[in-house]
Amino acid sequence: MNQMQRILSARRLSHSIIPQSCFLHRRWFSTSETDASSPPLSSPHQKIQTLEDKASNKSRSTASTTSSLNEQELAKFSAIADTWWHAEGPFKPLHLMNPTRLAFIRSTLCRHFSKDPSSARPFEGLRLIDVGCGGGLLSEPLARMGATVTGIDAVDKNVKIARLHADMDPMTATIEYQCTTAEKLVDDGRTFDAVLALEVIEHVANPAEFCKSLSALTIPNGATVVSTINRSMRAYASAIIAAEYILQWLPKGTHEWSSFLTPEELTMILQRASVDVKEMAGFVYNPITGRWLLSDDISVNFIAYGTKKE
Amino acid sequence: MNRVLARKLRTNVCGSKHIFQRACSTHVTRKVSSTAGSNETNANSTGDSPQHDIAIVGGGMVGIALAASLASKPLTKHLNVAIIDNNPLLGRKNIIEKGHLPDPRVSTVTPATISFLKDIGAWKYIEEQRHAYFDKMQVWDYTGLGYTRYNAKDVDQDILGCVVENKVLQSSQLSCVQESDLQKTIYPARLNSMDMLPSSSLTGLGEVPSTADLFMRGRLAKLELSDGNNVYAKLVVGADGSKSRVRELAGIKTTGWNYSQNAIICTVEHTVENFTAWQRFLPNGPIALLPVGDKFSNIVWTMDPTEASDRKSMSEDDFIKAVNDALDYGYGPHPETTSSGGSSLSWLTGDVNISAKERFETPPKVVKLSSERMMFPLSLRHAKDYVSNRVALVGDSAHTVHPLAGQGVNLGFADASALSRAIAEGIALGTDIGEANLLKRYEAERKPANIAMMAVLDGIQKMYAVNFGPLNAFRAAAFHGAHYISPLKKRIISYASGEQSLPLFS
Repeated sequence: MNQMQRILSARRLSHSIIPQSCFLHRRWFSTSETDASSPPLSSPHQKIQTLEDKASNKSRSTASTTSSLNEQELAKFSAIADTWWHAEGPFKPLHLMNPTRLAFIRSTLCRHFSKDPSSARPFEGLRLIDVGCGGGLLSEPLARMGATVTGIDAVDKNVKIARLHADMDPMTATIEYQCTTAEKLVDDGRTFDAVLALEVIEHVANPAEFCKSLSALTIPNGATVVSTINRSMRAYASAIIAAEYILQWLPKGTHEWSSFLTPEELTMILQRASVDVKEMAGFVYNPITGRWLLSDDISVNFIAYGTKKE
Repeated sequence: MNRVLARKLRTNVCGSKHIFQRACSTHVTRKVSSTAGSNETNANSTGDSPQHDIAIVGGGMVGIALAASLASKPLTKHLNVAIIDNNPLLGRKNIIEKGHLPDPRVSTVTPATISFLKDIGAWKYIEEQRHAYFDKMQVWDYTGLGYTRYNAKDVDQDILGCVVENKVLQSSQLSCVQESDLQKTIYPARLNSMDMLPSSSLTGLGEVPSTADLFMRGRLAKLELSDGNNVYAKLVVGADGSKSRVRELAGIKTTGWNYSQNAIICTVEHTVENFTAWQRFLPNGPIALLPVGDKFSNIVWTMDPTEASDRKSMSEDDFIKAVNDALDYGYGPHPETTSSGGSSLSWLTGDVNISAKERFETPPKVVKLSSERMMFPLSLRHAKDYVSNRVALVGDSAHTVHPLAGQGVNLGFADASALSRAIAEGIALGTDIGEANLLKRYEAERKPANIAMMAVLDGIQKMYAVNFGPLNAFRAAAFHGAHYISPLKKRIISYASGEQSLPLFS
């Protein structure tokens, strides 16, 4: 399995990625008003600042309770919900990327929970939650790998589609699907061995709050896996211009560049939420073979695996 | 609506010849299943019809190789496999008595195939039966202008290949399968028809969908067998040979042509043991003499259809005379052995080219015909696609080649190995094994390699089919080149041994 071997040599996150500059002593994600009067910042910090402002604006406009939902995003997904399982439909890139991200997840979680990677059902006995499960593209393979999977999504149509599709195979019919949010589950006091939020965080209003919820859902020493798109110029060129306008893989407006997170930012907000990012890898698309590969290149799509502190 | 779709894909054939087989096989419904611990969810016999993960149609060497390969991998050995083949001898033990005369149907397995068979644990059974390693090969033609000798030591190996009877290959692999944890069921029946519906849009289903429901939603393929059983499977593998029924029912088109040649195969005996593989290209086709062990050899003689029926029906003594003639001075002179490796070309020999110094040898004389002479027509056939919705083709059903280089079944074994690897990767990532993307990965791996080999073999066949002065001289030059130029020789041996899957750029 060549993909597995690639993961094993994936770049381990080292402290050199986080610039050892003076910003570490500042509190970037507090909601107190004093942040508004911070001195001039260098660009990544400025972006974090404006992100925080935008996030707090959005969250103020949606609901009175803290919520990471974004109504516009929900509407976007609701419109194309029926096409989740059409391999050639609007979700084709996710279908193509699925095996690659599953390879990363399988490898890191097997190592984390000391499971035998050559077993056909290595996740037997583990409780996993797929946050933002959509049509269940990730939940179903995880269930086939033996995990007890809960899939949640804020769009009701998605959950319905996921339920119907999962019921068609006895191995995936055991998945529990709910139309709810991570925050609500935290309020219900549920916890899981591993929490996965793939390609979700770029669609939420408040990434920091979202990460805090993800962390709260993870048991101590559990695993958290988040994947998203980098906020880089290359990502703008590939994930937005190429994917949405030129190749038309995704409907226009699926992604907003400003809501992407850089790996450094993601690491930081996960750190603030007591999750230590241990490994990161990138997904690279090879147009000749038409396949996605895992690589060290995190400039466009990347996935991060972290462990919850004790 | 769904019934209309179903009818579009269905092709029902109920020839009268099947009725006889159906009558016989209803008494022989042997279900060879073994329990495998905790995997009951896979063997979902919901009382109506059995449901399997994979249905392998065709229990020949390649079909069983796929089953054995799946059985040997930790990720796939828990799968539920159905093998559909109406050969009543399939699965019966001890069908090969020791000391019997070699069956004329033999195959040359390349070193790459030998390592595959060792990996799946079948080679130890093959070694208990008659098998013949050979480490030397000599190829020449009727013009006497050149010859090539190959030696395994040219590539620092011990053997160039091994000749094994087909039924030994099949039964050894079947023993592996039967001893493994793989849940298998053998259906001694013929495939009548096969349906698979495209994945349909989701509508309300009951609590636990029955196999029929799953089939209607495109999650399973349905196979109707000649004994009346219906078998459901997530993936159907067509390993049923060049006239594949699975390929026909899946609507996969083929390209190819019939060679205007038939091949006669038989077993012959010598007075001395034969350790070399001999092939002489005659005007109408090559004759090959392959060692099978214990002073026996196998003859594969390709010729015109008229000559073939003559030679099949002539007396044994006449036939032996014809064979000895064809291998010796018939049709043309012996090539000359140039002195000590060709002094003018010695600068090309490079480092080790042991066989370049070997003299031309005459093959051992045939003294006795030890089996019946079998004849079959030769053709080239290639399936346009190897995969389709929930269907994959392996072996001769995907590609049929000329036997002149002994490659046919080796390509099939490579297919089986690649498909089982693709299935294992799919299981590792929790995919539905009948999914098109997974199967296409198998196709992308095997198609270029198979097409390349077919092109090479077809090229050789066409090159030797014409008796034309300049072409003869070109062939002689090719012989000399392959004989003396060691990098070229090494590459040829390595390609023919299966170590490289493509002739160039590999």
